[in-house]
Amino acid sequence: MSEMTLIAATQQGLAEEMRRDPRVWALGEDLARGGVFGQYAGFFEEFGARRIVSTPISEAMIMSAGLGAALAGTRPVLEMRIADFTLCAMDELVNQVAKVRYMFGGQARAPMVIRMPHGVARFSAAQHSQSLEAWLVHIPGLVVLAPATAADSKAMMKAAIRSDDPVIMLEPRAIWATTGAVPDGEIVAQIGAARIAQPGTDVTLVTWSMTVPIALEAAAKANSEGISTEVIDLRSLWPWDRQAVFDSVARTGRAVVAHEAVRVAGFGAEISATISEELGLPVLRVGAPRIPVPYAPQLENVYRVTADKILATLRQSVALRQKRV
Amino acid sequence: MPIAQTNTRVALGLELLRTMVRIRSFEEAARAVHAKGEIPGVLHLSIGQEAVPAGVCAGLRRTDTIASTHRGHGHSIAKGADTAAMMAELYGRVGGTCRGKGGSMHIADFSIGMLGANGVVGGGIGIAVGAAQAAILLGDGRISACFFGDGAVNRGPFLEGLNWARIYDLPVLFVCEDNGFAAFTRPTETTGGPGAAERARSLGIPTFEVDGNDAFAVHEAASEAIARCRRGEGPAFLYAPTYRIDGHTIADRTPYRSEEEVRQRRANDPIAALNTALADRGVEAAAMAQLFTDADAEMARAIAFARTSPVPEPADALSDVQDAGAPA
Repeated sequence: MSEMTLIAATQQGLAEEMRRDPRVWALGEDLARGGVFGQYAGFFEEFGARRIVSTPISEAMIMSAGLGAALAGTRPVLEMRIADFTLCAMDELVNQVAKVRYMFGGQARAPMVIRMPHGVARFSAAQHSQSLEAWLVHIPGLVVLAPATAADSKAMMKAAIRSDDPVIMLEPRAIWATTGAVPDGEIVAQIGAARIAQPGTDVTLVTWSMTVPIALEAAAKANSEGISTEVIDLRSLWPWDRQAVFDSVARTGRAVVAHEAVRVAGFGAEISATISEELGLPVLRVGAPRIPVPYAPQLENVYRVTADKILATLRQSVALRQKRV
Repeated sequence: MPIAQTNTRVALGLELLRTMVRIRSFEEAARAVHAKGEIPGVLHLSIGQEAVPAGVCAGLRRTDTIASTHRGHGHSIAKGADTAAMMAELYGRVGGTCRGKGGSMHIADFSIGMLGANGVVGGGIGIAVGAAQAAILLGDGRISACFFGDGAVNRGPFLEGLNWARIYDLPVLFVCEDNGFAAFTRPTETTGGPGAAERARSLGIPTFEVDGNDAFAVHEAASEAIARCRRGEGPAFLYAPTYRIDGHTIADRTPYRSEEEVRQRRANDPIAALNTALADRGVEAAAMAQLFTDADAEMARAIAFARTSPVPEPADALSDVQDAGAPA
């Protein structure tokens, strides 16, 4: 085991894959200078200008040139800088990348990784802070990953690069600098497997990405009040691990979903509906109000999902359903 | 002109004519069966524009890649796609190029480097650019060509893609097939400044302008542009004005133009023009007539294949979405 930051773990995963497979390359703005958050530091020096390609600010072309290069036999890693800028390439992502395999009758594959640092960080306001996973999960053809730990950041990056599907890698910018233990040697994630971040017996709390540590904080507070909370880190949003969620909820009899994105039509709504259809249980959701992300810290706090907000919902969940199934 | 050179020219002319006649015959056959209700979806025909794909693709290798448009039957045929599989795709059958999942706007054949027609105007530009970038990375010597219309030059990916190809000196040939209409609107109404060719030149891309109804001229310019790409001199741009004889779609009755205009433009038919040019070089009428006969017979076989190809099973709707995760 080695202790490292999420960003370093991701870097390690990408570098290992680039050394393993000469068809893997990366493109995006400022990559030759190490990337905007330093996540490509040293890559240009090791892999050179053909495999670490600094691009113009041309998001549509990052996406569609990446697709063309994938269709022509390479395995590109696309850096979108931040998730919000992917919106400049949404036609290319939704109408082209996600659909080529299907609409061409299976003769094409688009093996590409699309990296999107997402979420609230550093008071970045409305156009640099969004969590848009619900949009992405909605699009058939895309895999959507959202790691929350250092080990998963590395293992999921490697799995994403080896996948023949287009894989969205949502990277939790706010917790990139936090550290965690990463197993030594080769680790490749199994796409679609959730993780029990903390076991519990009274209520299941489903979450992912930057909300995982907040959920764990809320769970610790809840446990001290006698509400034993099981935290499930979903890790993969499409496909998502229904069985792990069903198993947990069947045991606890209660479910809460917490995510940083706007609550209305967020991915929590899909999980909630699925639990309701499958187990007939009510599910409570925690998410942002339906407002753009504001700038001032006092306003941003209104948007943020905090441990206290989650705790209040956990209490509500227990009050709503005193008896377990 | 020496005899050997003349013979080469005639052989090339006959090859171009054969491709153009096959494209015309395919689309006329498709139109006829569409009128009988045998094709479920919409068709965008390229009748009158055949010289552009024929002239460009004659300069490409099988392994080179192309990206096409919603009006892409001609590009696919010129690149070497099987017309029976294409027709079956229009019918939505299992024997189609895309197993009935794409239809006319998404015909693709990766075995011949045809990376797809495209339902989005300008959607193929980045794909061709990226394919050229992959060719550099893999060192496989392939080049790519990208067909698009006059409407695409007002989309962002046009600027992004041309600039991108220039800064990395990618082996990609941009082919602007200006057929006089962006859907229902003339490009003069919607395109500022001197137009597509000047926009390409402003980015430092060598640009060729030819009569898009002159197959020899298209081929000559395309060949020079392709040679540049192969020599590693970066992208090139071909501007080829032509004329869309049919409407935007098969249902479009073109109320925005006069019958007189269409009559005049029909007189400039690229197939008739090439016929005449070859006759002037002493090619016998019978040899050229045979191309038409052969093409019509090929399309009759294509229709017969399409009609008898099985319709997809409902379960096929759920396959080939992605590896990870079953459709919910």
